[in-house]
Amino acid sequence: MSEVVVFLGPVLAAMLTAATPLLFAALGELVVEKSGVLNLGVEGMMLAGAVIGFMVAASTGSSTLGFVAAAVAGLAMGALFGVLTLGLLANQVATGLALTLFGVGLSALVGQGWVGRPIQDVPELRIPGLTDLPVIGPALFGQDALVYLGLAMVPAVHWFLFSTRAGLVLRAVGENHAAAHALGYKVVRIRFLAVLFGGAMSGIAGAYLSLDYTPMWAENMTAGRGWIALALVVFSTWKPGRVLLGAWLFGGVTIAQLHVQGHGFAVPSQLLSMLPYLATILVLVAISRDVARIRLNAPACLGKVFHPDG
Amino acid sequence: MSLLRLEPRGQASRAMVYLTPVLAVALTLASGFLLFLALGFDPVKALHAFFIQPISTARGLGELIVKATPLVLIGVGLAIGFRANVWNIGAEGQLTLGAIVGGGIGLAFYGDGGWWVLPLMVLGGVAGGMLWAAIPAWLKLRFNASEILTSLMLTYVALLLLNYLINGPYRDPEGFAFPESRMFEPDATLPHLIQGTRVHLGSLFALLAVAGGWVLMSRTFIGFQIRVIGLTPAAAGYAGFNEKRIVWLTLLLSGGLAGLAGLGEVAGPIGQITPSISPGYGFTAIIVAFLGRLHPVGILLAGLLMALSFIGGEAAQIALGLPKAITGVFQGMLLFFLLACDVLIRYRVRLGARRVAA
Repeated sequence: MSEVVVFLGPVLAAMLTAATPLLFAALGELVVEKSGVLNLGVEGMMLAGAVIGFMVAASTGSSTLGFVAAAVAGLAMGALFGVLTLGLLANQVATGLALTLFGVGLSALVGQGWVGRPIQDVPELRIPGLTDLPVIGPALFGQDALVYLGLAMVPAVHWFLFSTRAGLVLRAVGENHAAAHALGYKVVRIRFLAVLFGGAMSGIAGAYLSLDYTPMWAENMTAGRGWIALALVVFSTWKPGRVLLGAWLFGGVTIAQLHVQGHGFAVPSQLLSMLPYLATILVLVAISRDVARIRLNAPACLGKVFHPDG
Repeated sequence: MSLLRLEPRGQASRAMVYLTPVLAVALTLASGFLLFLALGFDPVKALHAFFIQPISTARGLGELIVKATPLVLIGVGLAIGFRANVWNIGAEGQLTLGAIVGGGIGLAFYGDGGWWVLPLMVLGGVAGGMLWAAIPAWLKLRFNASEILTSLMLTYVALLLLNYLINGPYRDPEGFAFPESRMFEPDATLPHLIQGTRVHLGSLFALLAVAGGWVLMSRTFIGFQIRVIGLTPAAAGYAGFNEKRIVWLTLLLSGGLAGLAGLGEVAGPIGQITPSISPGYGFTAIIVAFLGRLHPVGILLAGLLMALSFIGGEAAQIALGLPKAITGVFQGMLLFFLLACDVLIRYRVRLGARRVAA
């Protein structure tokens, strides 16, 4: 029994770290979708954040500056998406795909000379007393600041969306942009701000991978996490608390799969690596099959183009 | 938004439908000029090395056709789905499955084949792609799951499956543990069409797909149904069109064509199964479909143009030492500019503030 407990501590810690990038990206996308915009470019924005964050952190030696730069990079990618879909009324699905393809190429081009360079790991926090608790101490109270920031974002986003006036307006725009426009709300401006927020969150998510989780820069290092984050938003039925649940679930699957590989079970590693992707399909199916529930929770104007003259 | 204003046109502009791709290409080239300048290269020389040098020989032109073949095959299929609002973006995975199944048949009959092996491989390639596309179709219709996300997740699964096979059952037994299959026998290789180039039978399949896609979309009732479902799903419902059948049809068709493209790569220019069959043809084909205006003939032209971005990227890598990723940057930019310019199809851009209606 004690062996299990000793094993559990590091697994719990690793699960929290693996969940963090998904949490940031999915919470950002949740706000974007609540405003009625579907941005499929999460993967591209994450890669932009990962490469810019890494370059800034490696050249300044400050991971904080790295994360700030990553947020700005993600925000810039979000702005590009916003100009195209909100300003020029481009198809959101196609523009999101373009953003991902562009992000993959651009990050590889920009990060060409930075592949394989070492970087200082982000330091873990120590909370006197709590960090020294057996088993759960290091797992729950010995993580780096971003893990806690990610956790704090869950109630923060929930509070913003459901308890503030601005959140109410944002949801109204996502549910019925024509009515919100008729009431005098600036639909395009509100959506643009949501898209910028989503971009910054994706940028931070990407930088968490390159500065902390791995930590290094490699082409295409997000490996589909941006798409998994998109699936998590559906899984959560657009509720921040359930995003956390989903992110932990995926963190758990990722870590379990790595541990099985590490313990040399006779299953080919490639087949185990499929598990997070298969799990994504499974949870998507499990949630989506309840059509009424999806229709009740999905923002009614999700993905629809808005033009004041109709 | 007060300086520039978008005014809806009464009717979509036909001229702009054909003009915006040209405009987008021009803007991409202009941005490429600036990009090369920023990277410290002579932009005229760099653009020449990227877009003109590679196709100035007969062999280069042949390579253009070789690279355009999978793009056109996949693009034609995807475009038919996009017309019906079926977003299959997992063509890369379907391509991989086509290579796995079709190529697997070639390996299974290694040493005791005959003329019949190649047709069997082609059928296997199509079946593999269809199988992989059938999963998102079933999940969408049975469980309402988004085909965008499921088809993309299956791409990662397919690539891992290929990686497993190539390190296991498919590995060349005399290959010193290299992750590659045997070279296919002549009976299991697509014949070349033009002497001195690598242009193979797959290019003919691509032309047939263009013709078939055109007939389907413009000359059949099913094509009509696809267009109505895409434009006004409600009208399609009132007319009693079977939307489920269209989802099955478009996904199986695009998956089958992607599988055929994958088989064409391993049994054509590559000649064996390797861990990296495609430099992202399945994703680039999405751009090809849009650039070609979701029309088979447009896709043929767009496929040739995007093929140039691949061989140009390779040439720039050799001539200028640029990373291969520059291809992705050009492709992404082109799609951005196209989507941005497409606003001109349905809107006029007006300067100044809104006029008060008289």
